Amino acid sequence: MSDKNLQEYWQKNLRLLGILLAIWFIVSYGFGIIFADYLNQFRIGGYKLGFWFAQQGAIYVFVIIIFVYVNRMNKLDKEYGVDEE
Amino acid sequence: MGVKEWTYIIVAATFLIYVGVAIWARAGSTSEFYVAGGGVSPFVNGMATAADWMSAASFLSMAGLISFMGYQGSQYLLGWTGGYVLLALLLAPYLRKFGKFTVPDFIGERYYSQTARLVAAICALFVSFTYVVGQMKGVGVAFSRFLEVDFNTGILIGIVIVMFYAVLGGMKGITYTQVAQYCVLIIAYLVPAIFISILMVGNPVPQLGLGGTLSDGTYLLDKLDMLSTDLGFDEYTTSNTGKVNLFFVTAALMLGTAGLPHVIVRFFTVKKVADARKSAGYALVLIAILYTTAPAIAVFAKTNLLNTVNDKPYASMPSWFGKWEETGLLKFEDKNGDGKIQYYNDKNPSYVSMTATPNGWKGNELKIDNDIMVLANPEIAKLPAWVIALVVAGGLASALSTAAGLLLVISSSISHDILKKWLKPDITEKGELRAARITIGIAVVIAGYFGINPPGFVAQVVAWAFGLAAASFFPAIILGIFYKRMNMEGAIAGMVTGLVFTGAYIWFFKYGGGSPEQYIFGITPEGIGTLGMILNTIVALVVCSMTPPPPPEVQAIVENIRVPSGAGAATGH
Repeated sequence: MSDKNLQEYWQKNLRLLGILLAIWFIVSYGFGIIFADYLNQFRIGGYKLGFWFAQQGAIYVFVIIIFVYVNRMNKLDKEYGVDEE
Repeated sequence: MGVKEWTYIIVAATFLIYVGVAIWARAGSTSEFYVAGGGVSPFVNGMATAADWMSAASFLSMAGLISFMGYQGSQYLLGWTGGYVLLALLLAPYLRKFGKFTVPDFIGERYYSQTARLVAAICALFVSFTYVVGQMKGVGVAFSRFLEVDFNTGILIGIVIVMFYAVLGGMKGITYTQVAQYCVLIIAYLVPAIFISILMVGNPVPQLGLGGTLSDGTYLLDKLDMLSTDLGFDEYTTSNTGKVNLFFVTAALMLGTAGLPHVIVRFFTVKKVADARKSAGYALVLIAILYTTAPAIAVFAKTNLLNTVNDKPYASMPSWFGKWEETGLLKFEDKNGDGKIQYYNDKNPSYVSMTATPNGWKGNELKIDNDIMVLANPEIAKLPAWVIALVVAGGLASALSTAAGLLLVISSSISHDILKKWLKPDITEKGELRAARITIGIAVVIAGYFGINPPGFVAQVVAWAFGLAAASFFPAIILGIFYKRMNMEGAIAGMVTGLVFTGAYIWFFKYGGGSPEQYIFGITPEGIGTLGMILNTIVALVVCSMTPPPPPEVQAIVENIRVPSGAGAATGH
């Protein structure tokens, strides 16, 4: 694979990483810690929202982030012909 | 049948399964011994990673810690799961493509330096060893409380079992026993949680039950907030203490998770780069099942406990109360001599003057160790004996699986990174395999010895393990992958800075007489690894910019690990 293609593949990978890690940061440090007090005025069922993000919600989002990444990278690998087999 | 009989039966049955699996999955080569031959499927690896990761601390201590810390306990939940996002996105695929056996291998090759390899090997040894001692202690506690054997005998039994399958099977044996151990520990964690959730809020899913309502129509969490403030404690679901420290501790646990060698090495065992990404995802799903249940257990147990003991006559306590008193993990002292148990926050001055003193209370009378919450929870909720036995087997599974993974890192650091790559490069594969088996055997015995005679520092060392992993490995690996220009000088300077700074800070506040007022930005030793990580990165970048770039062949390695195609089996040669 040519250098230019490799560059492009890597740039796309980095952009995807940037977006996903931003979401990772916002749900855990943002909603779960920094804005938890503010979010606590809202509720889901018996949960205060900030508390829910810190002890439940962020973890569900983490799982989704990884599987979105797996999915997107598998497509990207195929597109640039760098997948295995 | 009583709890004791059930415990004997269930623990013996699970141990037989582990031994059987180990005999079936013996290792024949160094590749099988270190990385299970590199042919483990992503889901199986996910299960093994989850068992590897979830230690006695996750299983036995975490819910208890959360139940006393409330919202503040989120640091463990976020910290010990969020690290997997970093692993899956930033580390696992590239390290798998790199295709070596150990983390020091990566550091040594990427930074073309034996010194870097040795520093990394010593860090890996230190981190893993402190961690494994805690596991052995967990085994001892579970045995001594429920099988009523001597604490030391308990540890000896643990040593024999781990030795058997780790020495025989290496990574291959460990991987498949960890799969069995994951199944045991997750069932053991969920069954009591589901039971109690049904009993308390009528919802079989603990994650939903935590947000559910009690029979009197109030939300469970509101009820616990009320119970807590009624006793002079802070509200359970909100925080009054500093957010800065919470932020730093959470980050240190996340970065530490992603830098722990026994977790990283698991991703060397799958076949392809795509599998490494996927198996990190599976691992997190399987871990999240336990980690989202833990806060529910914490709240159920705390609510039940407060309702059972508070202001009730000591004489009317159920039988579990006396049994836990015998272990010393639960202590009652009738300070005002009224024969009742007063449990409240005697460090809250306004509560003491407003409520406690007028009632004739003379201080908090009950001391509860965090560690008993998970083990005592089924008893407090009056669940059947077999459920209690199952929890004991789960606790043992979590301790044994983590111990085995750590012992393998210890053995590979010595036999591969130090012996094969440094002292005796011409050693044959057979010789290396024998050395690996001998070191793992010796390591088990030493770990067991320290489990029986714990040095004073053991209780505090988990902070060291995470802080040091975050401050040393994490930046070196990330920069090694994402910054091609990073060179030997920068990486070593960074690692040493991170290690020395973090180590000195922890040492100063744990033993050097430092007081909390002297904390930098109010950060506790548990969270300082984050600052160490930042310093490491800055020093590495500055030193790197002043020294020559790495040789072209190393830059070619970096180019190569960035694309998945062409990943062969992991190799040591």
